[in-house]
Amino acid sequence: MNAPNTSGWKPEMTPADGMHNGPATTTGNRALMLEEPLLFEIGRADVTGVDLPAVDADAPTRLGGLARDEAIGLVGLTEPETVRHYTRLSRQNYGIDLGFFPLGSCTMKHNPRLNEKIARLPGFADIHPLAPQNAVQGALEVIHQLGEWLCKLTGMPAVAMSPKAGAHGELCGILAIRAAHEARGDAREVVLVPESAHGTNPATAAFANYRVEDIPATPEGRVDVAALKARLGPDVAAVMITNPNTCGLFEKDFREIADAVHAAGGYVYCDGANFNAIVGKVRPGDLGVDAMHINLHKTFSTPHGGGGPGSGPVVLSEALAPFAPLPFVRKDDGGTFYLVEEEDREERGPSFGRMTAFHGQMGMFTRALTYMLSHGADGLKQVAEDAVLNANYILRSMEDILHAPFAASGPCMHEALFGDKDFTEGLTTLDVAKGLIDEGYHPMTVYFPLVVHGAMLVEPTETESKAAIDQFITALRAVVERALAGDEGLKQAPYYAPRRRLDETAAARKPKLTFEA
Amino acid sequence: MRYLPLTDTDRAAMLEKIGAASVDDLFVDVPEVARLDGPIAGLPMHASEMAVERHMKALAAKNLVAGDVPFFLGAGAYRHHVPASVDTIIQRGEFLTAYTPYQPEIAQGTLQMLFEFQTQVARLYGCAVANASLYDGSTACWEAVAMATRVTRRKRAVLSGALHPHYAQVVKTMAHFTGDEIADAQPAIQPEPDLEGLIARIDEDTACVVVQYPDILGRISDLTPVAEAAHAKGALLVVVNTEPVALGAIRSPGEMGADIVVGEGQSLGVGLQFGGPYLGLFAVRDPKHVRQMPGRLCGETVDAEGKRGFVLTLSTREQHIRREKATSNICTNSGLCALAFSVHMTLLGERGLRELAAENHRLACRAADRLAQVPGVEVLNNAFFNEFTLMLGGKPARQIVRDLAERGVLGGVSLGRLYPGVAALEHALLVAVTETTTEEDIDVLARELEASIKESA
Repeated sequence: MNAPNTSGWKPEMTPADGMHNGPATTTGNRALMLEEPLLFEIGRADVTGVDLPAVDADAPTRLGGLARDEAIGLVGLTEPETVRHYTRLSRQNYGIDLGFFPLGSCTMKHNPRLNEKIARLPGFADIHPLAPQNAVQGALEVIHQLGEWLCKLTGMPAVAMSPKAGAHGELCGILAIRAAHEARGDAREVVLVPESAHGTNPATAAFANYRVEDIPATPEGRVDVAALKARLGPDVAAVMITNPNTCGLFEKDFREIADAVHAAGGYVYCDGANFNAIVGKVRPGDLGVDAMHINLHKTFSTPHGGGGPGSGPVVLSEALAPFAPLPFVRKDDGGTFYLVEEEDREERGPSFGRMTAFHGQMGMFTRALTYMLSHGADGLKQVAEDAVLNANYILRSMEDILHAPFAASGPCMHEALFGDKDFTEGLTTLDVAKGLIDEGYHPMTVYFPLVVHGAMLVEPTETESKAAIDQFITALRAVVERALAGDEGLKQAPYYAPRRRLDETAAARKPKLTFEA
Repeated sequence: MRYLPLTDTDRAAMLEKIGAASVDDLFVDVPEVARLDGPIAGLPMHASEMAVERHMKALAAKNLVAGDVPFFLGAGAYRHHVPASVDTIIQRGEFLTAYTPYQPEIAQGTLQMLFEFQTQVARLYGCAVANASLYDGSTACWEAVAMATRVTRRKRAVLSGALHPHYAQVVKTMAHFTGDEIADAQPAIQPEPDLEGLIARIDEDTACVVVQYPDILGRISDLTPVAEAAHAKGALLVVVNTEPVALGAIRSPGEMGADIVVGEGQSLGVGLQFGGPYLGLFAVRDPKHVRQMPGRLCGETVDAEGKRGFVLTLSTREQHIRREKATSNICTNSGLCALAFSVHMTLLGERGLRELAAENHRLACRAADRLAQVPGVEVLNNAFFNEFTLMLGGKPARQIVRDLAERGVLGGVSLGRLYPGVAALEHALLVAVTETTTEEDIDVLARELEASIKESA
């Protein structure tokens, strides 16, 4: 639990050199802190954990003379060894289930277990993407229902469901914009991106062959509207703006920006990474958005899984909807759901093509729909309100000792941004992050956004209790005070994690990317 | 509101600390016209776990579950038995609810798993290095083409006619926007792939040749001549594999000279899931190409005490550092699916994968022989692994597939659906057989196929 320590232990009860420096152990283990060898150091080629018929070397084959004669180089473990190997590995990981995970811009909220249960129903988990459509009406209906929720929550008329993650969704939106310009013979070349944007925004625009130009931020942490307007013109295809932005602020001039972009013949892409701050409170469609991806793994609680899989449906305006990628699900007058694919020449219209082999992240759709139904319209509104309340509480509980560059700009949205301005020379944001690890926390996002020196972006989400947040504030204040006071010990943190600081430079200089005996 | 821990008392105390009169005061920066004054209309209110489960179960019940009927679909997604321990492990909260391992000191579980996964994939593919995974096979296929254009500084990709048509569509869609030129083709309905025709299409402007192995019709052939021809023109060979189990029985793409090997990893650990999430695999044979690879890479290093540990590395290729100059805009991998794949592969090991592959092939041979006895039906392939093409003697395969589903048999994928409008392919049915297929399933398919063909006369 994230609650004050009730064990009876107090910091002054530990000897100066730290209790962890007890006698050395033979195994290198420290009780529950267990080392685990690599699979390739413990597995064997002739061991398997799956019972299968032995290979009959004399059986006839039709492999066209391509039968494998060389060893693959794999190793196996029996089931008990497998379960233990991965269980021991798992214990070297931090997860939301273990504690507070205030990673800004990533929305590490609780992942409800009902979602997991539903996604595993055979009616969802054990159906083939190319099954005849009369055999998968329930699956098509899930996609359709989730699409309707997303349209209503965003106030947008259409949605493309197939993008596999946030950055894939960005690509979908930008390709729809490119296709819309092409359709009217308009060869625009530039996409404007604020300097505070996620790295995926410029990477996506470049991938779609656009030239990327930065828009500066104002001192209060928002897009410089005057600079943006001055840059608009017949060569600007789109602007990509994150709202709420990566400084944790709502872009209050969004509508004005959108109107100006539209007047100049461009489109407005909204990065929806921070939708959790406004879900149920504000509909991006009311602000003039043309395309916005929604990270189902952020706002709608599908698990991050140690780095994916995500899911990034994209809502689209009337202007962009005709260009949406294939396939999409429609419902006919008789209530039957059907897929529109390449062959449906009339219905597919000017679709820009296909982004992935099948229909998108179905396993995430079932989880997200389960989550939405659990919360309902009233609960989702409460989600945004609590997420924003928690972030502001942290902002106001820290600003007296931690530099908060935009604290004077008004309330933050669902994340609070800090900088390293007052740290003692030589101590950095990284040191604070590593110090928080020792306190039992996953650190906040660090060094992003780039517009703030030594940025620390704290996103508590709505699924934390006040007690958990209070304890985090106590811990963060203590670590920050050490950074302000110039505590050199912080530079060596973490002391208590499964590993001390890792040498990333060595890893990159001479990459070792696979196991070699 | 079972997922929201704050109480009204908490909220009031926090607002007081903030100095705001109400939570709406925190949304003052939202223009008034855009502020909603109540829950969004047209959506239901919150519901209990029991009520939500009832709603979702009713939707699930409208689908015909693969495991409940004789099932023969493949074409890039295969139904294999996944050992129970795989799902138990991926549901551990430390894996399920972790983030990308950007703080390596508290993410060694994910990182070591990825290092092992990369090693498994590289060895399976006969390559030097694999990445930590991409979204799925089709997007990995495009990333391979994009990488080949970077490596060769050429802009033309030649696609085999027997590449999965959806993969080809993804590549063509992306290339349209990047300005790359894609030369694609239709598959020729013949027992062997037309490799000579493919080789003839390679020229001095070709960045890469993309070949699927086994191909979309289930055929397998030695790709060494394609590799040699590509290399002679300075082009790369990209091999796409949609069925990793096959590589337990047949030679690896790397062995045959492939430069980039990509594929779909769904077969191991992940399950069908109506097409996603899946697992994009990506590997290169020559380590000198590592810095041109897309996606995350996990590498070995040491910590400050000299202990071995793992980190994400070579991130100067990636979007969060390089922004518009990144090798890809990808910002994730398919982490949990990679874990499922890796656990399943660990359970199998060398021996288990070979046995699994042999069992798939044995049953596929049995099915091919049995189905060839159906009047009017012929097996097209000379060689195959666990999937082959049936010619239905002039009967439209799409109609037969729908009819079989009505009869409670998921009998295969019609090439008519994959290649709409191509008359030559309308009468071909792709049939996949795995270790989950029983001899009885095969008999049922043969019987129902015969009946369906008769009735469609």
